[in-house]
Amino acid sequence: MTYALQVDQAYKTFFELDDEHHRPWWKVWAKQPRRLVTAVDHVSFAVKPGECYGILGPNGSGKSTLIRLISTLLIPDSGRVLVFGHDVQKHWLEVRQLINRVSVEAAFFKKLSAQENLNYAARLYGMEIKAARQRAGEIMERMGLESKKWNSPLENLSRGQQQKVAIARALMTSPRLVLLDEPTTGLDPKSKRDVQDFILEIQRDQGATVILTSHDMAESDRLCQRVAFIAEGRFLAEGTPAALKARYGSTDLEDVFFKVTGKTWEEELAE
Amino acid sequence: MTTMNRAMSATYGFVERNWALTRRYIGWEIVWLVYGTVSTLTIGLIGADQQGLAGQERVLFLLIGALLWSFLSVLFQIMSETVAWERWEGTIEYTFMAPVHRITYLAGQGLFGVTYALVRTAIILGITVAWFKLDMSGANLLGGFVILGIGSISFLGLGLVAAVLPLLSPERGPQATHIIQGLLLLCSSVYYQVTVLPGWLQPLARFNPATYTLDAVRAAWIQGAGLSEVWPQLIYLLMAGLILVPVGMAVFQKGERYALRTGKLKRNG
Repeated sequence: MTYALQVDQAYKTFFELDDEHHRPWWKVWAKQPRRLVTAVDHVSFAVKPGECYGILGPNGSGKSTLIRLISTLLIPDSGRVLVFGHDVQKHWLEVRQLINRVSVEAAFFKKLSAQENLNYAARLYGMEIKAARQRAGEIMERMGLESKKWNSPLENLSRGQQQKVAIARALMTSPRLVLLDEPTTGLDPKSKRDVQDFILEIQRDQGATVILTSHDMAESDRLCQRVAFIAEGRFLAEGTPAALKARYGSTDLEDVFFKVTGKTWEEELAE
Repeated sequence: MTTMNRAMSATYGFVERNWALTRRYIGWEIVWLVYGTVSTLTIGLIGADQQGLAGQERVLFLLIGALLWSFLSVLFQIMSETVAWERWEGTIEYTFMAPVHRITYLAGQGLFGVTYALVRTAIILGITVAWFKLDMSGANLLGGFVILGIGSISFLGLGLVAAVLPLLSPERGPQATHIIQGLLLLCSSVYYQVTVLPGWLQPLARFNPATYTLDAVRAAWIQGAGLSEVWPQLIYLLMAGLILVPVGMAVFQKGERYALRTGKLKRNG
């Protein structure tokens, strides 16, 4: 069976500026002290076509790094990532044709309108402009973004409206693997609901495979067939929401999260 | 869509995007155009002040230097600030994960850059000619623009080398590109003959494509020389372009790989 996504022992480290040891200001040419940080620590998992797989964890746990490894934006130190059987390092062009991504911050040319940004994306993905406009229009209408907003500069749109355009941009290319990196963070309840409903819809109607990172446990419970908990770059537990709740004797995933990580609310908030 | 059509669609996408951005930032475009025109006129006025020394030729020598530097620096900036601009907008990851070869990306940027710089230069040229009432009847204007186009190829290559700096260092890279630009200005015949440079800098000027572009355009616009008369400069510019573009591409790809390995592509570095 060809998995939609196979991550095999993915490992990624970074050097970060060491906040505790500063370079003296007069040593202009000296290197700033740095420390090695392990962002993703030998993570393995596989996702079947058409599945929605959630990766849940607190801020800084390695969720976005994992998404970047899958989306060819980072090279792993070791390990392997396959998208529909294509190695993301060796067959990056094929992989990029199969995926698209929505990140936590809607990355756009903010002076340009939604339509101009979407035209740009359509041309990069080799789409006919007319077809792209129609498809993106359908998606934006479905998510409740009024058509009069499509030609306004994106800087004049609210964060929720921008995120809906970002989702239209990612999904108009009909990706087989959709990477949603905290797509509803910071959205109002109505926008959040619109986005969640649409994720369910594309899964049901188009059979798209979805990787969803989130720290919203209720959202993941609603959308994902399976979830994994990640902390400090390591997967701590994986399974269906129901199986995880049963295993840890909990009624919701939030409680499972605290039991899996061994942390309390206070400790989590302090971080 | 075939691979070729996809590449052309993407190339056009970059041009269309840059044109849309130019329209949205039209206020700034006018400011830079006025600034560029005033700078060129100022240089021309310095020449006019010394007219007694060499007449219209002196004015033209300086004007062409200022015009060409304006052209080459705009082109160089468009290429070298490609990465810095996208990082500032926050779109760099989105653009870099699109199914587009880097050569297509850079071709789109280059095509827009050359067109934009040519149009801008033509406008400033028109204004300065009218201001100084220059007699350009004997000038080979078209030939000069053809030389500019050929000289652009080398500058695209140099721009690619500079574009890698913001990839290597998100904080200091954009500033470092100005050092390269400054060196190109110093070691060329923009405002003076390279013979007035200190001896140890002259070899650098002799490798600088800007020197050859300036010499050839001056010959075309001041003496009315045809392309056949400036062939040694054109051959050098073509050869330099043939070397610098692949070198620039290779350097850029190496830089991109480094950024993907170290996580420097991310917006905040």
